[in-house]
Amino acid sequence: MSTILEVRNLTHTYSTGTPFEHKALDQVSFCVERGEFIGIIGHTGSGKSTLIQHLNGLLRPTDGAVLLDGKDIWSDKQFTRQARFRVGLVFQYPEYQLFEESVYKDIAFGPKNMGLDKAEIDRRVREAAGFVGITEEQLEVSPFDLSGGQKRRVAIAGVIAMEPEVLILDEPTAGLDPASRQDILDNIQRYRRAKNATIIMVSHSMNDVARLTERLLVMNGSHLAMDAAPTEVFARAQELLDMGLDIPDVTQVFLRLQQMGLDVQPVYTIEQAVHTLQKLKEGNAHA
Amino acid sequence: MLKDITLGQYFPGTSLVHRMDPRTKLLMVVVYIVALFSAGNWISYGLVFLFLAFSIKISKISLKAITRGLKPVLFIVIFTGVLNLFFTEGTHVIFSVFGITITWEALERAFFMISRIMMLITGTFLLTYTTSPIALTDGLESLLNPLKKLHLPVHELSMMMCIALRFIPTLIEETDKIISAQKARGADFETGSLMQRAKALVPILGPLFISAFRRADELAIAMECRCYQGGEGRTKMKLLRYHRLDLITFGVGAALLAVVFTLRAFGM
Repeated sequence: MSTILEVRNLTHTYSTGTPFEHKALDQVSFCVERGEFIGIIGHTGSGKSTLIQHLNGLLRPTDGAVLLDGKDIWSDKQFTRQARFRVGLVFQYPEYQLFEESVYKDIAFGPKNMGLDKAEIDRRVREAAGFVGITEEQLEVSPFDLSGGQKRRVAIAGVIAMEPEVLILDEPTAGLDPASRQDILDNIQRYRRAKNATIIMVSHSMNDVARLTERLLVMNGSHLAMDAAPTEVFARAQELLDMGLDIPDVTQVFLRLQQMGLDVQPVYTIEQAVHTLQKLKEGNAHA
Repeated sequence: MLKDITLGQYFPGTSLVHRMDPRTKLLMVVVYIVALFSAGNWISYGLVFLFLAFSIKISKISLKAITRGLKPVLFIVIFTGVLNLFFTEGTHVIFSVFGITITWEALERAFFMISRIMMLITGTFLLTYTTSPIALTDGLESLLNPLKKLHLPVHELSMMMCIALRFIPTLIEETDKIISAQKARGADFETGSLMQRAKALVPILGPLFISAFRRADELAIAMECRCYQGGEGRTKMKLLRYHRLDLITFGVGAALLAVVFTLRAFGM
């Protein structure tokens, strides 16, 4: 694996020199390897959104740097623009940014800005629509006639169509019904497998990040509090609860079982839970 | 970038000026403007300036915030100054080159005009810096109350103003977010011809209008859910009351006006 993004001592201060001055990020450092699926968790105002807006060059660091393939994103203007295409960012509630008269045109907005030719744009729009399950007929309707979940998928397709090497999503499932949530998460994984892309997902759902991600970044009070695999992060359940965060439902059940005197290690996904319980049952049968 | 707009911004605080009744502050701004425009000589200008400097001092608003508020009007100030400098007739010539004459009278007049504009803006900014939009509209409604006799919808007007002020920061934030989102898809607002740049605004204005209408709709429903029905028979949680501080302030304001008018009457 090779490093695709490197964040070095990143610090960001908002409204410098006014009574509203606020340090949103303080000395944050980490590396992102090619092909990883990373989750970012942290309570509201912990700096998650500020952090991800640095990764594609939307915000300029007050101090420190973000390196894409070893080169500072802000080293020259052309490269900053390139970084926006190579690192795709899907904002919170992205459906509110749709503006074109047809779904097709809206998805084509990004590729068009990249200066691609018509055939290539067409290929990308259709492929991106395929990833998120938008049908041929739906490409021609106005995005405002779609349902909330469908609008969200169109908005995500608009970023996927740029075929970014790194796809960042800020709470992609917020405010959706369970079926749509699952659809969106499946879409993201489908894109990841097809393009061997790196995914960074901000989420408040501990169940989702536990199930999907390979690595978790925990933000707390403008600092990077933890950077480890989900197993290790959720093993520090009490610390997470102190930060105002949650742990997966199944981990809560297992911690309670442990308190009640059952000899089990805490798990964080349903599959692990089934496995552990089955082993426990077999063990009891043998005894 | 959009967050740096200071126009009409409120800086929370607990200074004497912050604690004043909003009606007092509104009336004092009127008094101040009248005094400023009646001042015609060095002494009365000096007095009005002292009044402003003292107000800024006790408001504890940083000078930096005040000078930043002046930046957008810098061009108008310079333009006025230059215009007055060259086009004022006078007898005491300082120098004269290429048919352009600059006199003492012109210099004095340009100085007065520049300081008048800057003091006017600074004084009114001090009001919005130290008064929350809610307090401001409350005060305005209370001051305009007599006009209800003429069947003017005073309450509705102040409510509209209050809502508009309340939503400026929200819409600025929203605009910022939409700009970021479209930039993330490679939208370019900085380069290209005028026509291209105007076209580049469509991806921002479209979503912005839609969200503004959506917010208006939601707000209307929320107000209706709480049985809002306008000014008739409406009571207030925070009643406006004048205190000793306000009386003292009115005294200072009256004194300022009296002195400026007296000086004017004597043609000084």
